[in-house]
Amino acid sequence: MDIPHIANLARIKLTDDETSRFDSQLSQVLKYVEKLKELDVSDIEPTAHAYPVFDVVREDIAHDKSFTAEESLSNAPAQALNQFKVPKVMD
Amino acid sequence: MPTITQLRASYQSGDLTPSDAIRSLAETIESRDPEIKGYISYDTEAALAEAEKVDLSLPLGGVPIAIKDVINVKGQPCTCGSKYLAENYTAPYDAGVIKKLRAAGAIPFGRANMDEFAMGSSTENSAIQTTRNPWDTSRIPGGSSGGSAAVVAADEAIAALGSDTGGSIRQPAALCGCVGLKPTYGRVSRYGLVAFASSLDQIGPMTQTVEDAALLLQAISGHDSHDSTCIDEPVPDYSSFIGQDIKGLKVGLPKEYFAEGLDSGVKSAVETAIQQLESLGAEPVEISLPHTEYAVATYYIIATAEASTNLARFDGVRYGHRSENAGNLIEQYHHSREEGFGEEVKRRIILGTYVLSSGYYDAYYIQAQKVRTLIRKDFTDAFEKVDLIASPVTPSPAFKIGEKSDDPLAMYLADIYTISANLAGICGISVPCGFTATDDGKQLPIGLQLLGKPFGEGELIKAAHAYEQATDWQKLA
Repeated sequence: MDIPHIANLARIKLTDDETSRFDSQLSQVLKYVEKLKELDVSDIEPTAHAYPVFDVVREDIAHDKSFTAEESLSNAPAQALNQFKVPKVMD
Repeated sequence: MPTITQLRASYQSGDLTPSDAIRSLAETIESRDPEIKGYISYDTEAALAEAEKVDLSLPLGGVPIAIKDVINVKGQPCTCGSKYLAENYTAPYDAGVIKKLRAAGAIPFGRANMDEFAMGSSTENSAIQTTRNPWDTSRIPGGSSGGSAAVVAADEAIAALGSDTGGSIRQPAALCGCVGLKPTYGRVSRYGLVAFASSLDQIGPMTQTVEDAALLLQAISGHDSHDSTCIDEPVPDYSSFIGQDIKGLKVGLPKEYFAEGLDSGVKSAVETAIQQLESLGAEPVEISLPHTEYAVATYYIIATAEASTNLARFDGVRYGHRSENAGNLIEQYHHSREEGFGEEVKRRIILGTYVLSSGYYDAYYIQAQKVRTLIRKDFTDAFEKVDLIASPVTPSPAFKIGEKSDDPLAMYLADIYTISANLAGICGISVPCGFTATDDGKQLPIGLQLLGKPFGEGELIKAAHAYEQATDWQKLA
C-alpha cells in the first residue's frame, strides 16, 4: 500500500513513524482479507444495506424551522460576517 | 443500584423523588468514577433542573439514563472520545433517541466514555481516558461502549444507551456483566448519532436486567423522519414478552461459533446456559453459518470504507479542532485531522480510503459487499429452521489493559461472534451467563448471545428473560 498517497487522498498528514507502522500493520490486515478472494461471487449481488429502502421522500412542504445562522455557526472555530471563516484557498 | 423498574416503583410509592435519585447517583459517581473512569462528563445541576419538572406518569418518568458520548444531547458536549471534538463542540440539537427518551420522561444524565468514534473493542482508543472493568480494574471493560457498560456494572448508572456497529453494545455488556441489546438495523433512529459506519450502526439499551432493556428499547424504537434508514415498522409492546414461556422455541447452535479459538471457561459457561434453556423447554438445533470465517474480513473492509467517508466531515471548518499550523485550506484539512484524530481512527481511515480508491474498489469493497450478501443469506436460511440463535459473545473474557494495543488484527479477530449480526442487520442481545476465574482470583463475567430475526426483538427479550429468571447471574452481577 502506498501509504503517503492514500494519506493524501484522506487529507491526513502522517508522521514518518505512523507511516511505517501503518504500512506493516495494514499489510497484515490486507493479507488477512485476501481470504475473501477464495469465494466465487461472480453471480452474487452486492449488499449496501441490510434492509433495502429506496427513495425515501416526503411531501415538499417546509417543516419546522431549521437552524438559524447563529446556531449553525455556534461551534465554528472561526467565523466572520455570519459565515465560516477559512484560510485562503488559492495562493 | 435500583433497576428502572425498582426506581419507578420508589417514585410511585413516594419513597424517592427523581432529584433524590440524581443526587444519589452523583454521589456514587464522585466516589467510584475516579477509579472506573466511565464518564467523560456529567452535569448534575442540569439533570436536577430537569428532575424538577418531569412527569412521573410517563413510562420512564424521572429515570436518569447515561448516554454514550457519541449521541447528541442539546447543550451538552459530545466528544466521541476524540480530541477533535473535545473543543469547539456543544451539541446544537437532540438526537432522535434523545427526543424519544424525553418524550418518555427520562433524563439524559452523564456522558459515557468510548473508543474514539466508536472504533475499538476495549475503550483504550478513547483520547480522553481509559475506562476500567469494575470486576478487575487492571482489565478493559470492552468497547466501544465500554463507558456505558462500566457505569451500569459499577452502580454508577441505572441504565445507559450505547451504540453497536460490530458488537459495541453486546461485547462490553458481556465483559462487564450487564445486559446489552443491539436492535435490528432500522428499528432505532440514527439521527444525531455521530456516524461511524452508516449501514451497520444502531443505538441500543445497556441495562441491569432484561426487563429494563425492554422498557428502554420501547422508548427509543420507532420511525423518525430525520433518518431515512429508520424503518416505519410498528413497535410491539416489548414488556408483553416478559414472563412468557419458551416451550418449543427452536434455538440454533451454529457449529462455527463453538470451534477453535474459544476460551474453555467461556465455552463451558455458554454450553451450560444452553442446557438451561433446554430445561426451560427450548429445543436446541445444530445449524451452520458457513460464511462465518469471512465475516471479520468483510466487516473491516465495509466498516472502514464507510468510516473514511463519514469522517471526511471533520475538516476543521464547521466545528471541532482547527489546526493553528496551516497556511492554506488544504493544509488546514491535513493538520486539523492529524492533530485531532488518534491512531486507530487514522489507521481505519487509511484502510477505508485504500479499499475505496481507484483500482482497488472492485477487488476489496465490492467483493466485501458481495460476501456480505452471502453472510446475510446464511442467517436468512438459518431462521427458516430456528427461532433464535445462541452463541458466545466473545472468544475470551476481559483482557488486561495494554495487552493487545500493538496488534490491531488480533483485536479485530476477537469481534468474530458479534459482527455478523451487523452485516446481516439482525438483532441480538447479550445476557450474563456466568463467571470465569483469573489466575489472581478475580471473577470475570461471561455473556450469552442470542440473535433474532429482523424485528424479532420481542423473541430475544422473551428468551433472555426466561433464562435470566432461571439463573442467579443477574443478582451476582
